[in-house]
Amino acid sequence: MSKLFAVAAEFDSPEALLEAIGKTRKAGYTKIETYTPFPIHGLREAIGFKKPILPWIVFGAGLTGMCGGFFLEYWVQVLNMPYNIGGKPLNSWPAFIPITFETTVLLASLTCVFGMLAFNGLPRHHHPIFNYPRFAEVMNDKFLLTIEAKDPKFDPTAIREFFAADLGSSEVHEVEDE
Amino acid sequence: MATNVSPLQSEPVIGPNQTYGSVTDKIANICLGKQAPPVFWYIGLLTGLALMGGLGHGALWLFLNGVGVWGLNIPVGWGFAIINFVWWIGIGHAGTLISAILLLFRQDWRTSINRFAEAMTLFAVSCAGLFPLLHVGRPWLAFWLMPYPNTMNVWPQFRSPLVWDVFAVSTYATVSALFWYTGLIPDLATMRDRATGKVAKTIYGIFALGWRGSARHWERYEIAYLMLAGLSTPLVVSVHTVVSFDFAVSVIPGWHATLFPPYFVAGAIYSGFAMVLTLAIPVRYFWGLEDFITMRHIDAMAKVTLATGLVVFYGYMMEVFFGWYSQNEYEQFMILNRMSGPYAPMYWMLIFCNGLTPQLLWFKKVRFNIPFLFVISLIVNVGMWLERFVIVVTSLHRDFLPSSWDMYYPTFWDWIIYIGSIGQFLVFFFLFLRFVPMIAIFEVKHLVPLSKKA
Repeated sequence: MSKLFAVAAEFDSPEALLEAIGKTRKAGYTKIETYTPFPIHGLREAIGFKKPILPWIVFGAGLTGMCGGFFLEYWVQVLNMPYNIGGKPLNSWPAFIPITFETTVLLASLTCVFGMLAFNGLPRHHHPIFNYPRFAEVMNDKFLLTIEAKDPKFDPTAIREFFAADLGSSEVHEVEDE
Repeated sequence: MATNVSPLQSEPVIGPNQTYGSVTDKIANICLGKQAPPVFWYIGLLTGLALMGGLGHGALWLFLNGVGVWGLNIPVGWGFAIINFVWWIGIGHAGTLISAILLLFRQDWRTSINRFAEAMTLFAVSCAGLFPLLHVGRPWLAFWLMPYPNTMNVWPQFRSPLVWDVFAVSTYATVSALFWYTGLIPDLATMRDRATGKVAKTIYGIFALGWRGSARHWERYEIAYLMLAGLSTPLVVSVHTVVSFDFAVSVIPGWHATLFPPYFVAGAIYSGFAMVLTLAIPVRYFWGLEDFITMRHIDAMAKVTLATGLVVFYGYMMEVFFGWYSQNEYEQFMILNRMSGPYAPMYWMLIFCNGLTPQLLWFKKVRFNIPFLFVISLIVNVGMWLERFVIVVTSLHRDFLPSSWDMYYPTFWDWIIYIGSIGQFLVFFFLFLRFVPMIAIFEVKHLVPLSKKA
């Protein structure tokens, strides 16, 4: 028999899923993950994982874009290619603001999207959860709850029993690792 | 999750008897060909391809002969190229407004129209970008616009609004593409898992990037999406502001006005919403999407068109007022010439299209009359094109020196490239309708609890 990745149970609505997560945590399981067709508010608090740090990284990227854009302009117009046009000041900073703003937004947006993908470990060719036989339904209208094999209390038989009897899930399957 | 329906909203945002599954079925079946494309789709795509052929022909002739094939000359050195550029980029703005600003305002009616409004943005910006590229005459040297260390030892002039424009439009195009694609990832995963053909499965699979909808992923995804909306909101305002600086920073009478940035931004949203209506009305009819794009959406879009149309009309009135109030001979002459000079018919048509026609939208009967609304949306699109024509041409054709006065007449090559750009837009848009989920599946599922059980 091959190694297991997790045991999974399906639910029909976001409310049922949230309720099931609460019971699962009360039963002492810690390595919980859910797979849903759309984002459900309250999952982070229910499962109990940390807030993403992505916003701070995007903020840093925005600052970098801002400083980079401004100093590019400053360096070009004041230091590298100073032209005296009717005695106007070389560091005419108000004229540099539009491009400074655009580079701020550009760098922050690129970091936002690629950072989100990187933290999520995407793109990724395969993941054990795709071995779940009804995964297409999860991307449609089912809400999947899994307890992963790395959970210290992991016992496939007990968990299957818990999912079917205590949580009342109609579809419970074991998901193989690769 | 389900938001409360305000008693003021008479029309629902989603039709009756919808479930999570029925939403996926309806939208995915269009992309997978299980719902055969309507005849309208073939007609639209073929028309677009034919017109796009004209664009290719016109562009080739332009490159062989130079920009002299257009009707441009001194004093009117800016003709169709800038008119069409501003027209297209303005149309694009409504897409970002719907997807970003209405997201921040938590307007739940945005969800079923945001995907194709964003697609419209992307394709409109691609048409807009075409015109400056064609206008430079040698587009293979367009990279000279970018600051890079080069052997000529020159840099772009960063104090020039035209260089600001390069940065604003390229940033806008990049961020719009990112926003659109980020919104698509979860739907592409749904398509990947529903596709039965090997080719469709592989292609959707590649673009879905291995999305699996885990709770931790959704958390970061939602935060990233919200941040993108927050970044796009000032961006979209900045883009048309910078476009208006192309005019306002110059000293040409009729252009040199502090009114330009807000008035351009309002005009952009106005024309963009009209374009969304022009597209949404046939799409919901021919694909049978009345349950997703309900009368509530149509009504709301008509109201936004009215509101921004009023701002635009206020702008026209203020232009006249400032022309008089400035006590500047050139400004006063420009306004009089605009109203009674050789291009006066264009000006009065503009007032008809943008000043008078939108007033009909005050009436609920008009907003709920689909064919009538469709005609109004077309008139608004024409009106916004005329606005740019009037701004660009009437200010330039009467120069400061009467000896250099001249008329501007577009040539065949001006027209074929303009109409060809509409063809390019249609081709992109119709391909999108067929192969990409045109309504955000996962977002509409949030509205399902609002669907009435009959």
